[in-house]
This record gives sequence, C-alpha cells and structure tokens, in this order.
Amino acid sequence: MTTRQGTDSNVVLVNQEFDVVGTRPIRHDGADKVTGRARYGADYKASDLLYGKVLRSPYAHARIKSIDSSCAEALEGVRAIVTSADFPQAGSDKPNRRYQRDNVLAGDKALYVGQAVVGVAAVNDHVAEEALALINIEYEVLPPVTSAPQGMAPDAPILHDEMRTDESGEQGNDPSNVATHFQQVLGDINEGFAQADFVVEKEFDTATVHQGYIEPQNGSAFWNQDGRLHVWTSTQGAFPVRTSLSQILDLPVSRIRVTPMEIGGGFGGKIPVYLEPVAAILSKKTGRPVKMQMSRKEVFEGTGPTPGSHIKIKMGATKDGKIIAAQAHLAYEAGAFPGSPVGAGATCVFACYDVPNIVIDGYDVVVNKPKTAAYRAPGATNAAFAAETVVDILAEKVGMTPLDFRALNSAREGTRRADGTSFGVIGSTEVIDAMKSHPHYNSKLEGPNRGRGVAVGFWMNIGWRSACSISVNYDGTINLLLGSTDIGGTRASIAMQAAEVLGIPAEDVNPTVVDTDSIGYTDVTGGSRTSFATGWAAHEAAVDVRDEMIRRAARIWEIDPDDVEFNKSVFKSKADPELSMTFKDLARQMNDTGGGVVGKSTVDPKGVGVSFAGAIADVEVDPETGKVTVLRFTCIQDVGKAVHPSYVEGQMQGGSVQGIGWGLNEEYYMNPDGGMDNFTLLDYRMPTSLDLPMIDTVIVEVANPGHPYGVRGVGEVSIVSPPAAIANAIYDAMGVRMENLPMNPPAVLAALGNGSSGS
Amino acid sequence: MATVFIPSLMRTLSGGKDRVEIEGATVRQIVKNLDEMFPGMQDRLMENGRLKPLFSVAVDGEVSQLGALEKVQENSEVHFLNAIAGG
Repeated sequence: MTTRQGTDSNVVLVNQEFDVVGTRPIRHDGADKVTGRARYGADYKASDLLYGKVLRSPYAHARIKSIDSSCAEALEGVRAIVTSADFPQAGSDKPNRRYQRDNVLAGDKALYVGQAVVGVAAVNDHVAEEALALINIEYEVLPPVTSAPQGMAPDAPILHDEMRTDESGEQGNDPSNVATHFQQVLGDINEGFAQADFVVEKEFDTATVHQGYIEPQNGSAFWNQDGRLHVWTSTQGAFPVRTSLSQILDLPVSRIRVTPMEIGGGFGGKIPVYLEPVAAILSKKTGRPVKMQMSRKEVFEGTGPTPGSHIKIKMGATKDGKIIAAQAHLAYEAGAFPGSPVGAGATCVFACYDVPNIVIDGYDVVVNKPKTAAYRAPGATNAAFAAETVVDILAEKVGMTPLDFRALNSAREGTRRADGTSFGVIGSTEVIDAMKSHPHYNSKLEGPNRGRGVAVGFWMNIGWRSACSISVNYDGTINLLLGSTDIGGTRASIAMQAAEVLGIPAEDVNPTVVDTDSIGYTDVTGGSRTSFATGWAAHEAAVDVRDEMIRRAARIWEIDPDDVEFNKSVFKSKADPELSMTFKDLARQMNDTGGGVVGKSTVDPKGVGVSFAGAIADVEVDPETGKVTVLRFTCIQDVGKAVHPSYVEGQMQGGSVQGIGWGLNEEYYMNPDGGMDNFTLLDYRMPTSLDLPMIDTVIVEVANPGHPYGVRGVGEVSIVSPPAAIANAIYDAMGVRMENLPMNPPAVLAALGNGSSGS
Repeated sequence: MATVFIPSLMRTLSGGKDRVEIEGATVRQIVKNLDEMFPGMQDRLMENGRLKPLFSVAVDGEVSQLGALEKVQENSEVHFLNAIAGG
C-alpha cells in the first residue's frame, strides 16, 4: 500500500487506479429528476382509481372496545372500510407476526398516538376524510409509557401482556416491557477499573428523532381478479415490501409484484410497510386500484422514528492515557413493538477504541410511541454521543489533547470488539491522523463563547443479497437492471462498477431499477450496502458479459477463447496482433455470432468493510438565549474507495447535517398524554442551509480488501459523531457538559444556569 | 477445531466458560456439538432448524446471511451476535 496525496484535500491510501471508478460522471437519473418527469409514489395514476385514508388513534395507550363504521359506510362515495379483522389471522399465535400486522392496523389495543385503526376507500380524498369523521371508536384509555426508564420500572403499565424478556434465548417468567436484554463481555471489567487511574461515569438521555425525508409515505395497490396483487410504493426495498405483504396478507410472494417508485428520501424510514397492506385489502374489497398517501402529521405520528434512549457510560484510563475499561448500559425505546437498534448501539458504542475490558448491557424496551424504524447508522449516534463525551472528559483528566487521546487508543487491525469479533483492515487511525493534520483543526478559533470539539464514530456496514442483469445493445451500450432502489445516487455508483469491467464509459450504461418480477431477490437499500453489494453484483454480471463477448470474438476469429484477451474495451488475439476488435465493434456482430448477449449475477458477499468517521465542529454559544451556532464543520471519513466522489461527499454532508440537527434541535416534543406536539416541519426544527456553514469533507481511502474495487459502505457513519462533537465544542466554549439531546436553547441555558463542570 | 465464543448470558450453561473448541463443518453442526457439550444451548440459539431471529452468526468476523448453513473452517472463530440492521 502506497501513500500519496490526492488532487484535493482527500487522503488516498490505495494504490490501484481505475478508469471509471473514482470519476465523477453525471448521474443517470438526473434529467428525469430536474425536469420533473421522475415518477414518485404520489404520481401513480390508474383508471377507476379510489383514494384511501386512515383513521388513527388519538390515544397513546388504549384498549379498543368497539368500532362503529355504519354511518361512514352509508356515506355516498365510500366504497370500502377495513379494520385489522380484515387481515388474515394466520400466524396470530406468533407475536412477531401479530405485531407486524397490528402496526399496520391496530388489533385490540392502540399503542401510540397516530397508530392506524381503520382504513377507508372512497371516490376521492375529500369523501374519504369525511367518512373518517363518521367512524365511532370506543376506547378504554390506559396510562402511557413514554420513556425506556419508565417502561423498565417495576410498576410500569404493561403494553403487551404476553411479552417476556428474552435474555439470549431464555424467556423470563413475568410480563415486561423489556423485550430483550443482552450482554457483551470482553476481558475482566472489575480488573480493568481496578487498574484505572481515572474513572468517569455519566448518564445521558436522547430524544426520539425522525428521519425527516421530504416525501411522505405512500402506497397504491391493485388486487386483480386473477388473485395477483400489484403494489406501487416509494420504498427502500421492493423485495422486503413483498415479504412483508406476503406475511401480513398470507399471500405467496409469487402472487405479489412490487414496483418501486422514485423515492424522496428514506434514511432508513422507508423500509417498513404502513399503507401498502391497507391499500391492498381495500383494493381486494372493491376490485379497484386504491391509492394512499400520508400527510406530514401522519408521517410524524404514524411512521417509525429513531429511538429515544437512556445511556449510562463508565470508562477508566491509566495515567499514561490508555483506556483500560469501558462499561455501557443502553436502554433504547423500541416504540410500541419490539425492535429498537440497541444491538447496533452496543456494537458501535466502544468500537472506535482498543479496550481490553468491556461490559455492555442492552435493553430493547417497548413504549407508547410509534414503532421505531432505522435511521442512518441506527443506534450508533445515541451511543456515540454518550461515549464520546466521556472519552473527551477522560482525555482532559489524563492531560492529553482530545485527538491525541483518541489516536493513542484507536482501534486497529486485530483489535477485538466487545462482541468478540476482530477488525480486519480498517481506517480508524488514518481518519484521526487526517483530523489532526486538517487546516480546520490547526486553525485558531478566537472570540468569546466559542469552542471547538471533536468526536469519532463507527458503523459496521452490511453486505447481504443483491442481483443484477445486463443486456448488451448493438451500439455497444448496455442495459443494467437493478433490484436496489436508488436513495442516494446508487444507479451511478453501481453502473460505474459494471462499466469498469467492460472498459466503457459510465454514460454507456443505462441503469434501471425494476420491479420484483424482473430481477432476482435483492435486499433493502440500507446498511450502507448498496454500492458495496449491488455494485459487486454489477461487477459480476459484467464479468459474465465480458466472458461471453470473449467467446464471440473467438468464434469470429476461429480461435480458442483462452487465446483472446480483453483490456480497456478491446478484445485481442494473444497470438495474432492483427486480430483486434473494440467492445462496440463486437456488439454490432452479436446477431451473427449467436444472438443477444446477457450477463447475470446474484451475490451474498462477504468482505464487508467497516467505516469510521470523525467530526470537527466549531460553535458559538449565545449565553443569553442558549442558541448554539455552528461556525465551521468538517467531516472526515474512511470510505474504502470512493466510486463516485461527488456522491460520497454528498453522503458525508447529508449525514453531518442530520447529525447536527439531531444534536441541536430535533426531538419529538411529547405532551404528558404521550402525544407529539410538534408534528409540523415548522415546529420539528430541522436545520436548513441558512442555519449551517458549508460542510467540509475529507475522503480517506483505505481500500477494503474484501471488495473488487476496495469499496466500503459510505451512507451512514457520517451521522454518528456530530452530536458528540458539538457537545464537546459547547464544553470547550462554556465549560459545561451537555448530557441530553437535543442541545437546544432551553437545554443549554439550563446547563449554563446549573454551572455543571462535567467532571 | 473451531473456537466458539459463548454469549455472556449463556455462560450459565457452559459453567462460566467464555469460549470452547468444537468440531463442526457448519454452524448447524457446531450448535449440535455445542449442545452435546452443554445441554440447552441448541434451544437457546435455534428454532425450527434455524437461528432464532434475535441472533446472527459471525464466522471469522463475517456476519453470515446463511446462518446455520454457514461453513466453518478448521481454526475458525464463531460468534453468536445480536441481529442488527442498518438504515
């Protein structure tokens, strides 16, 4: 591995150069998007279309005693009304199947404000909404649980009578809101703390936060008379939608076709189904296509945010600066049904460091809030806010700079994590080195109430299954079919990996995201897997094409295929230099050499490369209002190999902005009854370009040896460290440690008033 | 033989051992042999012949989508992890 500096401030540590991978072509879907021709879920149209609406629970926790929809049914223009009872009841003995169904339409209990209870289909939206007002639901209101600590209390109201705590496969005896408790142990924690010269212990709370995508959830369905269901929806995964529909509707996947529409943001929130099953059974009842879409209020109240959490961190270091022990208690809100990302939080909380003695306890706690969904490195940001604050305090106690302390303790190849696994080739120290040498970190920060903070974060990334197929056109371009929906420019990054194999320009690839009938099984676009795994699938499909084209050239030249070589889009005879043909020339002869050429692949790749990212934040705190202004922000991330550097930088900037919003402003502001009071984008305050400086980025490339082009996932890790970096910057500015998210003006004022020193 | 790391909350079954060496060419065989050594392990980890949804398995640091079908090499490390996903 050689080291050289890139053409800009990026740090390039790979020594392999490519023709297409690493360049910045124009995105393939750009024209459709900028001309407004791209078709999103709300653009679905059909003749005879009905419009669906949902009546939602006004209570956070209530038993549903009766539903009377007779007046609504009598309203002119209403075509069908459905409740949970209209779903097949197969699998009711399996809690997870029932939970999945009840989150779409409530069963015998409503478990959060905004949970869907009744679905209506009518000739237009207005009639459907009028019908909702005519439905009478009798509730028995129950006390709500609105936080993980409250849910874990011995006298807490129980959400699910049948729920018992699972501890590594063993069920508890008593009803509990703790769905799962797990523990990770490395070394001897007591011995570790006994060796520590400095020990810091703190508790943190983080609020429920939404992904904040622009496009609300939608779903349209047509249940044909032949028994086949076709669904159109904006989703991060057409195949996972198909699986969910199959389970909820008890319908074989072979009778379900899901067409993914363009998607206006997802960030993890558009993996679960909400409206699609309701539209499906409304369509089945009416025999007509049904279209549904949410309002912003419904998005906030009825879809999955990322969890609030209660976290305790205890860490110890020796006087020479070595972190010797680390302990975490992570209690994450699952929402109304089990499944918080606390497992991921545990994997990430101490992963940036080489610590010999670790104990992590994780708790997945059901509360009366919407069932949580994934959100960009789910679980990691909460954990990093807590751990990176404590790391900062330890660095100060030891007497080292925050980055020197982090560099000394950085995870390296071979470092064993708390879950027992060991790192392969990673870029953790390279990221910290890039932070230390960056002009931002070395610049002077002057002026009152200003401070600089740093933090680092980890995300493990995933591989999972992907499929691609390629057909060659006569002009030497190729059509590339993908099962991965494109939420961040992956059409381009995947197409570029196919182009690299065939030696053709990225512009000669026509990538299309297709429906579930048209490609092999492909997992969700999430977990930072798509450029890695589907890119790999495109690589393999292109290799399939290349090998067939070699056979075609051999046929024309009447030589053995083993005597044909291919390099940079040119086929050549190894024996006769006169025999040479470009990819385009050979494509023109497809019909005469055996017909069309296609390539296909399906992959379940190993070799996933983990990601590290660091943030440097400069802030100014207004001591009178508590407002924190971000003056300068730099994100530095190891990406393995940046397939399309512009899109990688975009991911880094987007994740940073979301992390800043999470840190400073965003929260579900809950009232005592368990409802959300700020369900508009005016009151749920996400940062805009007017609130922020330009987010500077530094791409660090430590190639992932497990991928043909060295790719690591890039979409998520940039969100992990910003809240902690800002908290540490506030401490640098004002001398107070922030222990809760968001760090909004009232919280900062309270901290300043308390005068907490944080030590 | 492969080295199998015992999840901490299952160490009541393994007499406190945090890792053991076990023969097996697949994760399924590993779990079967683990259960013979420490009865009860299989019920904790598997149902209907598959890993329980709460678990994933990592062989030599690679989380596998094949679960119980994943191959295990001589000298492999096997970890049973909490299943996780991204966004």
